[in-house]
Amino acid sequence: MKVRVYVSLKPGVLDPQGRAIHHALEGLGFAGVNDVRAGKLIELDVDDGVTDAALDEMCRKLLANMVVENFRIERVAA
Amino acid sequence: MSEFRSAVVTFPGSNCDRDMAVALEKVSGQAPFRVWHGDAELPERLDFIALPGGFSYGDYLRSGAMAARSPIMRAVAQAATRGVPVLGVCNGFQVLTEAGLLPGALMRNSGIRFVCRDIALTVENTQSLFTSGYEAGQRILVPVAHHDGNYSADDATLDRLEGEGRVAFRYAEPVNGSARGIAGILNDAGNVLGMMPHPERMIEPAQGGTDGRTLFESAVRGLVRA
Repeated sequence: MKVRVYVSLKPGVLDPQGRAIHHALEGLGFAGVNDVRAGKLIELDVDDGVTDAALDEMCRKLLANMVVENFRIERVAA
Repeated sequence: MSEFRSAVVTFPGSNCDRDMAVALEKVSGQAPFRVWHGDAELPERLDFIALPGGFSYGDYLRSGAMAARSPIMRAVAQAATRGVPVLGVCNGFQVLTEAGLLPGALMRNSGIRFVCRDIALTVENTQSLFTSGYEAGQRILVPVAHHDGNYSADDATLDRLEGEGRVAFRYAEPVNGSARGIAGILNDAGNVLGMMPHPERMIEPAQGGTDGRTLFESAVRGLVRA
């Protein structure tokens, strides 16, 4: 089964990459963009028996740095 | 001088491990053990462990993230808990935060760019094993070379670091957006130091200065006397 893990910076954590992307969008002439935050999408292919608790632990132990990042787990229907 | 047993850990992608080993050997007179990331154990009776700069595991996922979960880091964490001094420089600092041996995180530089130049620092703590040879408030010149040196932690953590005198070095000029100008911090027991600037690159005049040498001299003097 496919699992998507979205890792994003916690609110309030400065995101220089997001700011640079925002600046570049403005440079391309796109108006109306108020803010940009860059994160990561990590796709896992796991056995059906892998529990939500195990996925949560994977995120806390490695995939996200809980000091500055949040994560969201999404199981993708086959 | 009595025995000084140190070790330098090399991860895949470390590139300052040799500089670190040279600094330790020049100052202590004894070549450090060289340890590989996949080793499960450190040499016995170590006095000092150094995690060098570089781009371990290509900075995959986050700088230092993979290295912090490598087999040798379990042994380093155990040694640190026992009180063995651990110095992490640059990527070594990132590894220490990722491993949870130091609080906070090193984020992308606020100016986006990689910064590689000599930087003025102020020595904030002269009571630690690593900094006893400096004078309080001393300005020193040490190079930085990093993309992710922007120290970040919540206000409570920052206040605690400041209140407990655990900010070892502060940037004396803008560098990377680091919270409160923090360039290096100590753990609560004072035996683990992480810093972005490279003291091992300032140990003899041919390198442009010797301000980094004092750090190694402080540690060697403190440990050999003990």
